[in-house]
Amino acid sequence: MENIGALAILLAFCFAVYSVIGSVAGKLAKRPFLILSAERAVYCIWALLSTAAGILVYGLMAGDFRLAYVAAHSNRAMPTIYKFTSWWGGQEGSLLFWSWLLATYSMVVVYQNRRKFRDMMPYVTAILMTTQTFFLILIAFVARPFNVLMTATGAIYDRGDGAGLNPLLQYWTMVIHPPMLYLGYVGFVVPFAFAIGSLITKQPGESWIHTTRRWTLVTWMFQTTGILLGAGWAYAVLGWGGYWKWDPVENASLLPWITATAFLHSVMMQEKKGMMKVWNVVLVSTTFFLCIFGTFLTRSGIVNSVHAFAQSSIGNYFVVFLAVGIAGTVYLILTRLEFLKSEAQLESVLSRESSFLFNNLVLLASCFAVLWGTLFPVITDAIMHEKISVDEPFFNSVEVPIALFLMLLTGVGPLIAWRRSSIESLKRSFLIPMLCGVAVSSVLAVLGVRNVYALISFTLCVFVAVTVVIEFYKGAAAIKAKDGGNLIMSMVALTHRNTRRYGGYLVHLGVVCMFIGFTGKAFDKAATIEVAPGEPFSIGNYQLRTGMLETGQNDNYVWEKLPIMASKNGDSIGTFMPEHRLYIAEKQPQSEVEIRRGVNEDLYLNFAGMSADGQKAVIQAFVFPLVSWIWIGYWVVLAGTLICLTPSKARLIFARTEIVGIADKHARVEE
Amino acid sequence: MKNTYWKFGILITAIVGTLTWLAVGGITQTKTYYKTIPELNAMGDRARDTNTRVSGYVAANSISRNGRVVKFTMTEESKRLDVVYDGIDPLPDTFKDGAQALADGRLQSDGTFHAKKIQAKCASKYEQKPTMAKPDPGSHAST
Repeated sequence: MENIGALAILLAFCFAVYSVIGSVAGKLAKRPFLILSAERAVYCIWALLSTAAGILVYGLMAGDFRLAYVAAHSNRAMPTIYKFTSWWGGQEGSLLFWSWLLATYSMVVVYQNRRKFRDMMPYVTAILMTTQTFFLILIAFVARPFNVLMTATGAIYDRGDGAGLNPLLQYWTMVIHPPMLYLGYVGFVVPFAFAIGSLITKQPGESWIHTTRRWTLVTWMFQTTGILLGAGWAYAVLGWGGYWKWDPVENASLLPWITATAFLHSVMMQEKKGMMKVWNVVLVSTTFFLCIFGTFLTRSGIVNSVHAFAQSSIGNYFVVFLAVGIAGTVYLILTRLEFLKSEAQLESVLSRESSFLFNNLVLLASCFAVLWGTLFPVITDAIMHEKISVDEPFFNSVEVPIALFLMLLTGVGPLIAWRRSSIESLKRSFLIPMLCGVAVSSVLAVLGVRNVYALISFTLCVFVAVTVVIEFYKGAAAIKAKDGGNLIMSMVALTHRNTRRYGGYLVHLGVVCMFIGFTGKAFDKAATIEVAPGEPFSIGNYQLRTGMLETGQNDNYVWEKLPIMASKNGDSIGTFMPEHRLYIAEKQPQSEVEIRRGVNEDLYLNFAGMSADGQKAVIQAFVFPLVSWIWIGYWVVLAGTLICLTPSKARLIFARTEIVGIADKHARVEE
Repeated sequence: MKNTYWKFGILITAIVGTLTWLAVGGITQTKTYYKTIPELNAMGDRARDTNTRVSGYVAANSISRNGRVVKFTMTEESKRLDVVYDGIDPLPDTFKDGAQALADGRLQSDGTFHAKKIQAKCASKYEQKPTMAKPDPGSHAST
C-alpha cells in the first residue's frame, strides 16, 4: 500500500513538471493540444494525490503502525476523528495536505477557465504547477509521508501502537483550524498565478482582478476563519486565557492576512480609478510569498514557537523557492511597468483615494512591524551575533495605535467623496457619528475607565458603527419611501442591490465588534490561587469555593476534576468542573478549562493540578470582559463576506472616472 | 498638484515616523537576550541591566518550593546558575529534574537569577512531535 502511495506522489511530481513545461512550450510553439494535455495533467495530479492522501488516511484510521508517520502521530486509543486529523498533525502529512489542496484548487481553476483566457491560461497553469512541483519535491524526496519503520537489519517492523496526536490538538477547533488556514494559504496561489499570467502576456486592463476577485475574497474568508479558530482554540485549550500572543507562527498566519486585506481594498482603486496597478501586483505577490514564508516559518525551526514542527533541512528548500520566486516576480514587474501606468492622479488629501492610500500604507506598516518583530532574533543574530527577541509589549505598542488609526479610516473611508472632499461635507457626514463616539466614551470616563487607548478605541468603535448604521438607514429609508414596505425589508433590498458595498459595511461592523472584544483586554482580572478543598476565594464579582477532587481514567488519559461552586454577587451560577488530564501514550499533562461565557464578561477557570504536597489545588481564575464580542464579530464578518460574494441584483456598471487629458483640454471638449 | 504631493509627503512621513518611534521604544523596552549560562557569566555587570533568556537543564533534586516561590539550579556545560522564580503563572508540568528549561528574567547582584517566566521541555520527549508546548501560561516550548 505505502508503495502505491509513494509511487502516486512520484508520478504526480512527474506530471507537474510535465504540466509546467507542456503549457509554456505549448504556448510558445502555439500548439493548443500540448497546452490541453498540460491542463489534463493537472486533473491527473489531483487524482494521484487523492490516492496518496487516501492511502495515508487509511493507514492512520486502520492503525498501520509500520508507517513511521502513523506511528508518530496516531495511536489506537484516539477517537476516530483525531485519527483523521493526524493527516495534517505532522510535517510530512501536512505537506501532502498542502499539495492536495493546491491540486484541488488548480483543478477548479483549469476547469473554470477551460474556454476563457486562452492566451493567459498556459502561464497560469505553469505558475500553479511550479508551486505544485516545489511541494511535490518536498514530499517525494525530502519529507516522505510513506516511510516505514525499519529495524537495524532493514526489516520492516510494526510498532503495534503509536505515539498519538499531541493532546493539545485533540480539540474540535483543531479539526478545522489547520484546513481553514491551509485553504487560505494555498488559495492565494490563484490570484498570484493570474497576476503573473497577465504580466507575462502583457494584458491590458484588469481582467486578472475581475476573475480573481471572488477567489481572493473566499481565501480571505478562509484565512480569517483559520486565524480566529486558532485564537478561539488558544483561548479555550491552552489555559493561559489569551487568544493571541504574537507567537511567530500566529504572526506567520497574520502576515498574509494583512496584505490580503490591503489588497482587497486597493483593488477597488484599480477597478474604479485605474490607479495603484503596480501596487496591486506587488500586494498580491507579497501575499503569496508571505503564505509560502508562513509555511516555511512553521517548519524550518528558525524561530521558537508553540507550533513549530521539528527542525529540519526543509527550510533551505523554502529559502531557494522564495528567493527564485521573488526575483522572478520583481523582474517581471520591472519589465512590465509601462503596462501598469496609473490612469489618474491623487488630487487631494481629503479624498477616498487618499483614504485608500493611507489604509494601505498603515496595513503594510503593521505587516512590516509584525515581520520585523518575528524575525528580530534572526536579524540580530546575523548582524550582531546575538539573539535578541522582542516580546508582546513590542507588538502591542506598535500595533495598537495602527489598529486604532485603521479603525478611524474604516469609518471615514467609505463615506468620503472620490477625488476631493471639503471640510463642509466631512462635517455633514461625520459630525453625528463623532459626537456619538465622544458621548459614549465620556460616559465611560465618568464611570471610571481611565485607560486612554480603551477610551479612544470605544470612541472609534461607536463612530464607525454609527456611520455604518446611518448608511444602511439612509439607503433603506430611500427605498422605503419609493417602494413602501417596512424598514427591514428595505434594508434587505438595499443590500441586494449592491452586495459588495453593503456586505463590506457589514464586514466593517464585524470588525468593530472584534475591536470591542480586543479592547476588553484592558480590563482583564487574573489570579493564581492555591486552595484547600472547601476553602472560598473570589475574583471580581465572583465568589468561588472548591469541592472534593474527583479522579478517573479511560484508554486515552487519566483525569482529575475539581468542582468549583461559583456565585456572582451572592447568586449561585452553578458548579464548574475544570479538569486536569494526563495523556497516557503521550505522557503529556493537559488542562481542560471551564469557561462561563457571557456577552459582558467571561469567567475562566483553569485547574492547574495539585500543589507539590498534594494538599492544595492550584487554580487560575480569570475574568475577561467583552471577549465574546470577538467571536460575535467573526460571525458578522463571515456574514458580510458571504453577502459580498453573492451577486448583486442589478449588475452594476461602475461609473469610472477616466482622465482624458489635462484641464484645459477638458474645457475644450465641453464647449 | 505639487502642493498636494507635499501634503501627502508630510502626512506619510509623520505616520511612518510615529510608528518607527513606537517600534524603537517597544524594542528597547522588551528586548531579551538569548544566553547560555557561560555566556551570561561572560556578560559581567551588563547582565544585571538587561533582560535575558537563559537556557539550561534543571539540576537533579534542586527544585525547592516555598509557597509561590520556587528555587532551582540550572546547569549547562558544568556551569551552574541558581534561579528564583516567583511569577504569577504556575510552573509547567514539564518542569522537573533533568528538563530543559528557559528562564526569562535578570541576574541579581548576589549572583542568583530572578526569573519572571519559566518555559520547560521534558527531556525524555523525542523530537518528532509537532508541538511540545505545555498548556500553560505562555510556556512555549523551545522546539
